[in-house]
Amino acid sequence: MIVPYGDVLLLAIILFLLGAVCSISRRNLLMILIGVEIMLNAAGLAFVAASLKWSLLDGQAFVLFIFAVAASEVAVGLALIVYSQRRTGSLNADRYDSMKG
Amino acid sequence: MTLYAVIFYVLAVVILASTLLAIIQRQVIHAVVYLIVSFFATGLLFYLLGAPFLAALEVIIYAGAIMVLFLFIVMTVRAESGEDKGEIYHWLPAVVLAIISFFVGGVLIFKIPGSKMSLNTGMASPATFGQFLFKNYWFPVEIASFLLLIGLVGALYLGRQESKKESEDRR
Repeated sequence: MIVPYGDVLLLAIILFLLGAVCSISRRNLLMILIGVEIMLNAAGLAFVAASLKWSLLDGQAFVLFIFAVAASEVAVGLALIVYSQRRTGSLNADRYDSMKG
Repeated sequence: MTLYAVIFYVLAVVILASTLLAIIQRQVIHAVVYLIVSFFATGLLFYLLGAPFLAALEVIIYAGAIMVLFLFIVMTVRAESGEDKGEIYHWLPAVVLAIISFFVGGVLIFKIPGSKMSLNTGMASPATFGQFLFKNYWFPVEIASFLLLIGLVGALYLGRQESKKESEDRR
């Protein structure tokens, strides 16, 4: 007996929303990417708890794929950040307004 | 309340506190160091929930590889250019939306049947997990490896030094 399943889901929800708030409200490109990482981590936590609740290994298999996606996403994302920083000289998302959108 | 429950709540408090501290940091490098604590505690939580292999992967990939990659990039790019002032109107809409969806999600969780039942302890050994993975999910594993290869090639392509001819072509 560990804890109710709802408690784990509640923790995952709070973690996901913290990542979403970070991703929405920060203007630094690196902090936006960090928020995405927090959200992926929270999704993995919910998957592991569901895998334990129904004692099926499929949830853990999905977490492995989430890890693969997070690793490749952060590699490409950081390369994009370095590239755009080299081209515009700024990491602030508000300064990327050359299209005047 | 069992010992497992105490461990769970302690880990939950550590995760939430370090993540909250991470997202309100002005400097990215402090946020990354707080997130390493958060991911390490999440790895322990994975172990508690019966996934020792994923706990090891969480520490190696998230707390190790991804956060070290962030640290390298933070040290490479100029840090002062991305500074934001942290005005209230940046935070307010996001926080209000997050609180609304938190309450909706909480009501939803505690209304569905079975959410009050305690989880039993269980453990999937890495050998069992590996056999399950390669028996049922061999094709997604191949796709994931292909995705990692594409990510590697994409990062190399984006990160290469631009030669002089290409930059003249662009003008």
